[in-house]
Amino acid sequence: MYLKSAYEIREKYLRKDMLPTIFCPGCGIGSVLQFTLRAIDDLGLNQDEIVWVSGIGCSSRVPGFVNFDGLHTTHGRALAFATGIKLTNPNLKIIAFMGDGDAAAIGGNHLIHAIRRNLDVTVILINNFTYGMTGGQVAPTALKGLKGTTAPYGQFENPFDIAQLAVSAGANYVARWTVFNYLQGINSIKKALQKEGFTLVEFLSPCPISFGRRNRMKTAPELIRWYQKITVPLAKAKKMSPEELEGKIVIGEFVDRDRPGLVREYREYIKRAKKMMGWEE
Amino acid sequence: MRYPFPVGKADFIQGDEAIARAAILAGCRFYAGYPITPASEIFEAMALYMPLVDGVSIQMEDEIASIAAIIGASWAGAKAMTATSGPGFSLMQENLGYAVMTETPIVVVNMMRGGPSTGQPTFPAQGDIMQAIWGTHGDHMLIVLSPSTVQEAFDFTIRAFNLAEKYRTPVVLLGDAELAHMRERVYIPNPDEIEIVNRKLPQNEEEAKFPFGDPHGDGVPPMPIFGKGYRTYVTGLTHDEHGRPRTVEPEVQQRLIGRIYKKILDNKDDIISYEKFELDDAEVAIVSTGIVSRSAIRAVKLLREKGVKAGLLKLNTIWPFDFDMIEELAEQVKKIFVPEMNMGQLYHLVKEGTNGKAEVELISKIGGEVHTPMEIVERVVG
Ligand SMILES: Cc1ncc(C[n+]2csc(CCOP(=O)(O)OP(=O)(O)O)c2C)c(N)n1
Ligand code: SF4
Repeated sequence: MYLKSAYEIREKYLRKDMLPTIFCPGCGIGSVLQFTLRAIDDLGLNQDEIVWVSGIGCSSRVPGFVNFDGLHTTHGRALAFATGIKLTNPNLKIIAFMGDGDAAAIGGNHLIHAIRRNLDVTVILINNFTYGMTGGQVAPTALKGLKGTTAPYGQFENPFDIAQLAVSAGANYVARWTVFNYLQGINSIKKALQKEGFTLVEFLSPCPISFGRRNRMKTAPELIRWYQKITVPLAKAKKMSPEELEGKIVIGEFVDRDRPGLVREYREYIKRAKKMMGWEE
Repeated sequence: MRYPFPVGKADFIQGDEAIARAAILAGCRFYAGYPITPASEIFEAMALYMPLVDGVSIQMEDEIASIAAIIGASWAGAKAMTATSGPGFSLMQENLGYAVMTETPIVVVNMMRGGPSTGQPTFPAQGDIMQAIWGTHGDHMLIVLSPSTVQEAFDFTIRAFNLAEKYRTPVVLLGDAELAHMRERVYIPNPDEIEIVNRKLPQNEEEAKFPFGDPHGDGVPPMPIFGKGYRTYVTGLTHDEHGRPRTVEPEVQQRLIGRIYKKILDNKDDIISYEKFELDDAEVAIVSTGIVSRSAIRAVKLLREKGVKAGLLKLNTIWPFDFDMIEELAEQVKKIFVPEMNMGQLYHLVKEGTNGKAEVELISKIGGEVHTPMEIVERVVG
């Protein structure tokens, strides 16, 4: 893949009057934003036909920095708002940029139902194992033993595997990478943006400030090394036993299928209604 | 355009059904909801009608999602509505505030039942007046309408959409279980008999740059809906005229909230609607709203027969509230009675309005029955 200069991408897509961003040094959100913009650019998508939606959290501030229509909503509810936008104007492509707490805790119910409906949306999910914006409380993705301000002795609950959850709930496309797998990441976003129905690309993203500091990884490079240690590519994971996989996170492309999306289903529903009422043949 | 129900003639229908038909005639093309008694029939009617008029009706996972979806739909250009009852209305409060803050036109129907909590699902009450006005957090301003007959349920629904569009604000329609389920004769007008208001859209790029400003000096900015190339950023955070978050500047918050208040309060005369019965020479006034007004009208007649100079002020809009009008009324009469189906919510507003110039007495009734006219008469004659 030919990579344009970051400067070009920035010039073309960022709102200069909103800069600087709120992100801390070493935060991975900016990288994922860049992947997403590169994917949009590579595909030559029309900037005026994309709406970014988000909930609340550091990750959710992204729509404010990009020069697109954007709806920065309430904590966890982005996908419910997106349902209204998409069904009202199916020509709009929707990107939901969300944090792991936003998507899987307070927004967990909206997430699984948006997937069940196969809402036509691409979710870009920042998994930093923590609540960044509120200062490092444990997120539902936090692996056992990880520390957060609300679990100072180490998380004692089981974590959610959001990607696997999305696969089981029926998403059309699901992939997970770390922010360091940038080529795979961009390619996955490109695939996701081209598909009908629900697509989700999850990124393990460093949050040195709220998360790393409390888990003895104060800098992004330390978090990189930790991600390298705990992630296992899908092909390799298939050959590993459950015991060996304990505490590891599998990365790769988990599903790629083409079930009809909600917009198409609703169009059919309208036709069926009119036919049943004798309004149309 | 073809309608899935007869227009230009009267029909004998439930309050819920009337609200659904009115919404469609008002131009509503997006409905999202979650079932709850006594509002489910609104949803069921919308589910039948919407696909036939190329609109959307969708059952969301809960009420939080329902109001979220209609706000999204509104930003995509649709007139949108949801309907619920107390428990669901409580769940909607956070996003109702989001609609206030982002100046999103939506209509939220709350067919009240007895509460708190799941309370009395099938019985009417007026316990959500304060929640409708002040339920969401922070300083906010919105419009609350209150019908008392099935015809009014129909008419006020159309008005709710028009006010929402005109002032770029959420409008709450407060009905109750009695109104939701009773059947009455309603005239369903032809579309050309109805006045329909549509939101202001930006006329050019320049206007679109101020989605939360005041380019027309009337406090209501044109709404740049999504997909038109204006690239608008909408946030529930305190934002400037362009929509940029400005959360730590006191003057930005003052300007924004100030304008949201002002655009409603400066237009009180247009928004506030009420009816007066026999008030000209009245010495005793009854102030009521919604379903109880029907008993109150009858009570006034009975009181007049008894020689008591009674009159009724029936409030069709309950927020914004006309405190001045209540003060004038208080100067004219000796005593004001407020019959309502709660422990005293409208009563507080009326009492504040009188400014101590007349005695105010609450005629409270809870449990699920509307006051009988005689119950009101007996309290008035003492
Ligand atoms: C209803 C509600 N509850 C709580 C909050 C406070 N809050 C703001 S951001 C946040 C968590 C953000 O964490 P996450 O979604 O993981 O995103 P990150 O900041 O890590 O990107 C919380 C709990 C809120 N804004 N609204
Ligand atoms: S707190 Fe964490 S997630 Fe938020 S901006 Fe800082 S590094 Fe990024």
